Amino acid sequence: MNLDSKIPSGPVSEKWTNHQFESKLVNPANRRKFNVIVVGSGLAGASASASLAELGYNVKTLCIHDSPRRAHSIAAQGGINAAKNYQNDGDSVYRLFYDTIKGGDFRAREANVYRLAQNSVKIIDHCVALGVPFAREYGGLLANRSFGGAQVSRTFYARGQTGQQLLLGAYSAMMRQVDNKKIELLNFREMLDLVLVDGKARGVICRNNMTGEIESHAADAVVLATGGYGNVFYLSTNAKWSNATAIWRAHKRGAAFGNPCFTQIHPTCIPVSGDYQSKLTLMSESLRNDGRVWVPKNGNDTRAPDQIPEEDRDYYLERVYPSFGNLAPRDIASRQAKFVCDEGRGVGSTKLSVYLDFAAAIKRDGRATIEGKYGNLFQMYEKITGDDPYKLPMRIFPAVHYTMGGLWVDYNLQSTIPGLHVLGEANFSDHGANRLGASALMQGLADGYFVIPTTLANYLGSTKLEKVDTNHDAFKSARAGVETGISRVMNIKGGKTADELHRKLGKLMWDNCGMERSEQSLKKLLEEIPKVRDEFWNDLRIPGDAANLNQELEKAGRVADFIELGELMARDALERRESCGGHFRSEYQTPDNEAQRDDENFCHVAVWEHQGEGKAAKRHVEPLTFENVKLATRSYK
Amino acid sequence: MAGNNNSRTMRINLKVWRQKDRNAGGSLVDYSLDTVSPDMSFLEMIDVLNEKLIGKNEEPIAFAHDCREGICGSCAMVIDGEPHGPQTGTTTCQLHMRTFSDGDTIVVEPFRAKAFPVLKDLVTDRSALDRIQAAGGYVTVATGNAPDGNAIPIGKNIADLAMDAAACIQCGACVAACRNGSAMLFVSAKVSQFALLPQGQAERERRVSRMVWQMDEEDFGSCTNMGSCAAACPKEIKVENIARMNREYGKAMLFGHEAKQAVED
Repeated sequence: MNLDSKIPSGPVSEKWTNHQFESKLVNPANRRKFNVIVVGSGLAGASASASLAELGYNVKTLCIHDSPRRAHSIAAQGGINAAKNYQNDGDSVYRLFYDTIKGGDFRAREANVYRLAQNSVKIIDHCVALGVPFAREYGGLLANRSFGGAQVSRTFYARGQTGQQLLLGAYSAMMRQVDNKKIELLNFREMLDLVLVDGKARGVICRNNMTGEIESHAADAVVLATGGYGNVFYLSTNAKWSNATAIWRAHKRGAAFGNPCFTQIHPTCIPVSGDYQSKLTLMSESLRNDGRVWVPKNGNDTRAPDQIPEEDRDYYLERVYPSFGNLAPRDIASRQAKFVCDEGRGVGSTKLSVYLDFAAAIKRDGRATIEGKYGNLFQMYEKITGDDPYKLPMRIFPAVHYTMGGLWVDYNLQSTIPGLHVLGEANFSDHGANRLGASALMQGLADGYFVIPTTLANYLGSTKLEKVDTNHDAFKSARAGVETGISRVMNIKGGKTADELHRKLGKLMWDNCGMERSEQSLKKLLEEIPKVRDEFWNDLRIPGDAANLNQELEKAGRVADFIELGELMARDALERRESCGGHFRSEYQTPDNEAQRDDENFCHVAVWEHQGEGKAAKRHVEPLTFENVKLATRSYK
Repeated sequence: MAGNNNSRTMRINLKVWRQKDRNAGGSLVDYSLDTVSPDMSFLEMIDVLNEKLIGKNEEPIAFAHDCREGICGSCAMVIDGEPHGPQTGTTTCQLHMRTFSDGDTIVVEPFRAKAFPVLKDLVTDRSALDRIQAAGGYVTVATGNAPDGNAIPIGKNIADLAMDAAACIQCGACVAACRNGSAMLFVSAKVSQFALLPQGQAERERRVSRMVWQMDEEDFGSCTNMGSCAAACPKEIKVENIARMNREYGKAMLFGHEAKQAVED
């Protein structure tokens, strides 16, 4: 497998500028001759659709929802990073680059991350111009707050709805192009296969979930921006429809998968309350600017939180990480929460939660100030739990939130399949083994607004593409395959629901490949997953028919793919015999329970190549070299 | 406290609108559940019912949902006659069963409006709202040519008002709540966001004209200032936005050069 990362030569700060100059262009008059399919309409997909249409390409955007604005980027709360240094606190492109490489525990590519930091600045400018109502100071300039893993204040925000406002900005730009007839927007479409002609991505097969119709769409290039796969775990902060089907089916067509085991567990989520639980809700990391995390010193302390005096509380993050305190990166904060709960010092009826306490901040700044900053988050917490966080501390626990892994891409965001580009959370590229807060929005928009317009032109301008339409045999056979797949699941006619099997898979994944993994747990997982797969293929029940809206059929296809992906995650986690970022192998830890990397043997991206149905995927490596940031043990103490 | 109510369960009776597809007729069907936890969300209660229906080899109730944290705008049920149910400022997914009492009978219907045809059970077609957005709900700015983010200072009070309006989630509850099926609150929220901000000034007349005309082309009714829209809005978008939009539209019609041009477009 050819894993050429195509990193441009030259100093890291000049790579992107040089690359933009050296990339092939498509003449403005010729752009209308090219058709591009964008799958997904979140931050990456909507911004890519808009910017490519603005340039003059004919864009077809496939959206799984009834409107592009429903994509799960909408739920991102806290903010977006940018190296503006508006706060005069020493920020710079280099510092954002450095923080992101270090936060990712040295498992991301320097060149990609540097480009991300460079583009961060332009994102804010563009979003402001689009009318995104960012928070402002009284003087009218943009406000900032701090996020984990940084000692500067570089996060821009729109109350607790930053993702919503950024997505609506990209959505508005996209809808302008729909009105201009440069984007054909296809709602309710779920991509079920990628079509290759002469080894290049030339289209997709999708299902119109509202009518049940199977459709073929041809193009000169395909862009996947379909998000992450956290829902492998069933319970996660992802939306219910977030799924891995598009990337997984592209993987089976030859797109290699990078670092599948790198999962982010977010430290501040509302804990599980019962078996019926359908998803977990995040409480933004921004809350850790003012909230203090603690548990009672004594596990048997049954007093109400406001009755526990200061001397009997353990503000463990402040204790263990005095310089970053409550703003330690996510992987570290999650792990520490797990440790205190493992010690029996968790709180709440399940003893699986910790306090996030605002009493000190409310006393210091007044209720109105705290309400202004986090009002909607406090309200959401109260609606879900029935508790008033102005009076009682919040109870939080880590939950699956984001997947750093994804389809492998080179510097041009192109997968191992020519013509297939992968943006946003769906690719593996920028966050290494742990993503810093407020960096997902940054990456989605950087990829869509600023990277893909250059790199897609480079591909289209330098590749000979035969004319292909949907009558081509490759489309016919892919379509037949999709139809057979659907009738196969419809005809199992067993007794279990897709959700039931999904919950089972999710629990196995969480218990054995979650916040902590070990050789033993992963081997057990690899024995258990095939049993779930057999159960799925022998005992699934889908009522109704496939020629209509059928939400159980939709779920079933996604669960089938999650089962296969879960197995690859387990295999990847087993092979990576080190701990790094969110991947914590219990065998590899320092005496004070920090992740112990093994740079000699694992300073690389694990890249998995599909080998065919029923065969184990093959592991390749892309070595990572650090020319600018010195490989060092991460310390937030 | 979440998790503390597990021991207590409720019996809930439901009357749910079932409709096979866009063209079929529909009716309310009775269901009941014995083991509803007060900590369940309304949608989780429907999930439990659906698992039960599938167990009996019946088709589960189709309903739109996704983020389940009150922000995507997918979920849309009329619960006991009110869009998103009895709790103010709350989407269906954020409504919890502790709001109801043991033994309650709850009527669940889709968002009803002429402009929102029912596709199946509780799922409706709200694409008319997207077409209104496409008609003018944007600032015309191509990627790559924006000035520095701090080049245009915007007072905090103006930014806050714009954000209040921009918080709309396009769920359509305002339309479902309105006896006329009007989309004025939704359209006015978008118009207000851009009318308030300096970035929106260049095309403010063109925008309001085009959005209002598109709204009129879809099957939405007229506004008769009842205010039910704002009362039902899960994001508590204020009815003042409608007044602002009327002012904007009036100005555009009286003085707007762009409005005349837009007629010709």
